[in-house]
Amino acid sequence: MMPIGYYLFLSMALFLIGAIGVITRRNVIVVLMSIELILNAVNINLVAFSRIFGDVAGQVFALFIIADAAAEAVVGLGIIISFFRNRETVLEDEMDLLKW
Amino acid sequence: MLDKVFFFFFAGVAILSAGLMVTRRNAIHSAVFLITTLMATAGIFLQLRAEFIFIAQIILYVGGIMVLFVFVIMLVRLDVALHQIQFSRQKWVALFVTLALALEVGVMLWSSRKVPGQGFLLPNAMPAAKLPANTEALAGRLFDAYLLPFEIASVLLLVAMVGAVVMAKKRT
Repeated sequence: MMPIGYYLFLSMALFLIGAIGVITRRNVIVVLMSIELILNAVNINLVAFSRIFGDVAGQVFALFIIADAAAEAVVGLGIIISFFRNRETVLEDEMDLLKW
Repeated sequence: MLDKVFFFFFAGVAILSAGLMVTRRNAIHSAVFLITTLMATAGIFLQLRAEFIFIAQIILYVGGIMVLFVFVIMLVRLDVALHQIQFSRQKWVALFVTLALALEVGVMLWSSRKVPGQGFLLPNAMPAAKLPANTEALAGRLFDAYLLPFEIASVLLLVAMVGAVVMAKKRT
């Protein structure tokens, strides 16, 4: 077990890389992948603190986050397929149906 | 010592391939680098003695979610989109948000140094030999104190499954 600061730093780095991906990429699939990366970064924090305190509750919540990530990915990819069938694009700045 | 080697190896691989994932043009390359990141994170979990999360990470993320991503990448034709600009013009927003987040977390980490006992370098975790069997402890906690959230999660997965089928199916 390394000191907790190392894990927090790793988690922060992955979270920030994921945030950069969400903001800068145009391809919606890559944006979804960046969101998966962010959720994964949060899991590192939960498991690290669960190890420190010797309490498995953090790992239980990490499991819930993995289940949520699966649900989110499935629904997001369903939306992407349905949108691609209608508009033939996966670039997010061409998804401007509601733009006035 | 060995702990340190494993941690820095996995952390390095995770951060490097995460950076590559965000910057590659081709979505398939991004997916492969995301798989590498998730595997490295699974290694971090194993180094933290969370064996069940390690296995769940590999089976669910790498074996389930990423396969789904690769399927969808193959379903939507990306070879047209590949020659267009892959990054939207939000470079300064991204820079600002990233700097603000990094500053916030940095201040938080820095100021938690002064908290007595549980500060920045909380050194005295339980030695690994004294930990209870991981899967057993996890199951005991999951099906005892967190039974209701567990059931809600299963309902959520059912709803997501039905929603995905409804949205992805062809209109007749």
